[in-house]
Amino acid sequence: MADGNSIGYGETALVSTPRPRVGSMRRFARRRSLFAILLCSPLIALVVGLQFYPAGYAFYLSMLNRKMTGFVLFDNFTFLMGQDSFQLVVFQSCLFAVSAVVFKALLGFILAHLMHNIRGQNQRIWRGLLLIPWVIPLALSTLTWWWLFDPAYSALNWTLKWFGLPSIPFLGTVWNARISVIVVNVWFGAPFFMIMYLAALKSVPEQLYEAAAIDGAGAVQRLFFITLPMMRNIILITVLYSLIVTFADFDIVRILTNGGPQDGTHLFATYAFQVGIQSGNIPRGAAVSLFMFPILAALAFFVLRDVIKRNKEITA
Amino acid sequence: MAQVSIRKVVKAYEGNVQAVKGIDLEIADEEFVVLVGPSGCGKSTTLRMIAGLEEITSGDIAIGGEVVNDVPPRDRDIAMVFQNYALYPHMSVFDNMAFGLKLRKFPKEEIKKRVDDAAKMLDIAMLLDRKPKALSGGQRQRVAMGRAIVRNPKVFLFDEPLSNLDAKLRVQMRTEIKKVHQLVPTTTVYVTHDQIEAMTLADRVVVMNHGIIEQVGAPQELYHNPATRFVAGFIGSPAMNFLTVKLVSDNGLYVELADGTRLAVNPARIDRYKPHAGKTMTLGLRPEHLTETHTNEKPGTAYLDATVDVTEPMGMETMVHFFIKGEPVCARVDPLTVAIPGQILRLAADMSNMHLIDNDTNKVV
Repeated sequence: MADGNSIGYGETALVSTPRPRVGSMRRFARRRSLFAILLCSPLIALVVGLQFYPAGYAFYLSMLNRKMTGFVLFDNFTFLMGQDSFQLVVFQSCLFAVSAVVFKALLGFILAHLMHNIRGQNQRIWRGLLLIPWVIPLALSTLTWWWLFDPAYSALNWTLKWFGLPSIPFLGTVWNARISVIVVNVWFGAPFFMIMYLAALKSVPEQLYEAAAIDGAGAVQRLFFITLPMMRNIILITVLYSLIVTFADFDIVRILTNGGPQDGTHLFATYAFQVGIQSGNIPRGAAVSLFMFPILAALAFFVLRDVIKRNKEITA
Repeated sequence: MAQVSIRKVVKAYEGNVQAVKGIDLEIADEEFVVLVGPSGCGKSTTLRMIAGLEEITSGDIAIGGEVVNDVPPRDRDIAMVFQNYALYPHMSVFDNMAFGLKLRKFPKEEIKKRVDDAAKMLDIAMLLDRKPKALSGGQRQRVAMGRAIVRNPKVFLFDEPLSNLDAKLRVQMRTEIKKVHQLVPTTTVYVTHDQIEAMTLADRVVVMNHGIIEQVGAPQELYHNPATRFVAGFIGSPAMNFLTVKLVSDNGLYVELADGTRLAVNPARIDRYKPHAGKTMTLGLRPEHLTETHTNEKPGTAYLDATVDVTEPMGMETMVHFFIKGEPVCARVDPLTVAIPGQILRLAADMSNMHLIDNDTNKVV
């Protein structure tokens, strides 16, 4: 205040020569709620622009006729439900997503335990190595798998031949192809489960295991009575997240089998692409891609509600 | 019968760092033994070796006469209470307490009876349905104790169980633990860094420092007859005063303080101290043995004048702090004594309770 010009907090009204620019900026900064919204606005714009708008638009598209000239409400959905080819896609998508997630979770759980028991610097090296499948762009690594599955020249069949075994048409028959796409998805997604479960394992206090050991629990009992209940929330959230992502998987099937043989490996995403983009029926393609939305949304609601309730109960 | 025998037990970590350096300790059946010492003295490691949570590098640990070096924790028939309780957060209080019994396949009625009895004893019967999160620190500690009690083990192990509680609750729980031991007399090994806890709870206190046992004895014995400088300084609050003195033999035996004041050694101790005459030693004197003067002092009292630095009125007594040639000294005087900072106060030193420490060996002579 020595120079007679400085404006102290709460004194603005008393100063005869206010500096409007600084004053209004300060007043603006003091309106915390508005300021907070402003700071969040890039995120809000991103979520609205890249998630709400496309989702809403897809929903709108799914209710149009083929020429996109009039509303048909849920006709596209009812038509799809009556079609054998679409029922096969539903079956394949469920088989793909559920079995891939189960194996990813199991493999991730085992890897996380192995990792957890490696002490010191080595753990970081192994952790880094095991994360490689997850960091390579999926389209590129799937191309490598495509070469590996090649019936004539692949390393896999060459190895089989070396042992005197007949070569396997990995992508040639329906069930072989279904299993192959699941294997590639498990290979790609297991590191994510591993890293999540490893973090969860590290957060279980060592003393709980010590208390359980003294209480009389062996290794299996410690797993079922301590580790699994303590990791329950992380397991549920990763499974839910992975289920949603796996249901929406596109790259693997598109590159490995393109839905074949005999449409035996189509998933919602690849089928939606075929119907919507390649066959030019965009509204029906949108309907295919939205088909699982209500089921997954309900699942997410119940799982997250359970996780929150449980979290409130146990976190100290 | 569950005596615990620790024989020449060593615990070494990677890089040959020895946490416990070959200790021997016999704990009798139903005895309450407290291991006390500063952080890193090896007391918790010792307890964890008894529990089977740490491997023994060399030596033997026997429980009830049976060497348990290679016996896993669950087969040692022990129960442990941890510092941060280690309650299973996803289980109710009942399930927490029943967990050990369920794993040992006790019949349901027996489990319920034991949990109910323990809950009643610990006053947590109304909390059995709650999860640990919904309990206060003191209640959690009771549940942890309940979990140990229901098992009716051979040995109770306590690892700093009261450290996470506030001061008032700590005193209350201390009494509870003592009461539980009286109701269920079981061999108990209790680890703490708090010497008051050690003194109040123990039948015998084991003072540890740098991985060795400094002294084992009843609380009063450690207090009045410490064997080493460490024990003398560690046991007692406020701590014993240590003053550099010279033992002078000049028409009687005296300890000469740094400022030249001579305090006469109690005649009963002259023969004990005489061989050390002429040496520079450390005089140990507890604050309560340095008090205001009285008209009829008991024999063996010596006097010194102190320039008061700070006074701390505690209600029952007043602590007077002063320095003798840079060495801090604390005296415990009657609250009615006039002690004004900056002024001289005449104090009486009860030399019959003095301790003389050899500076080379750090042992009390």
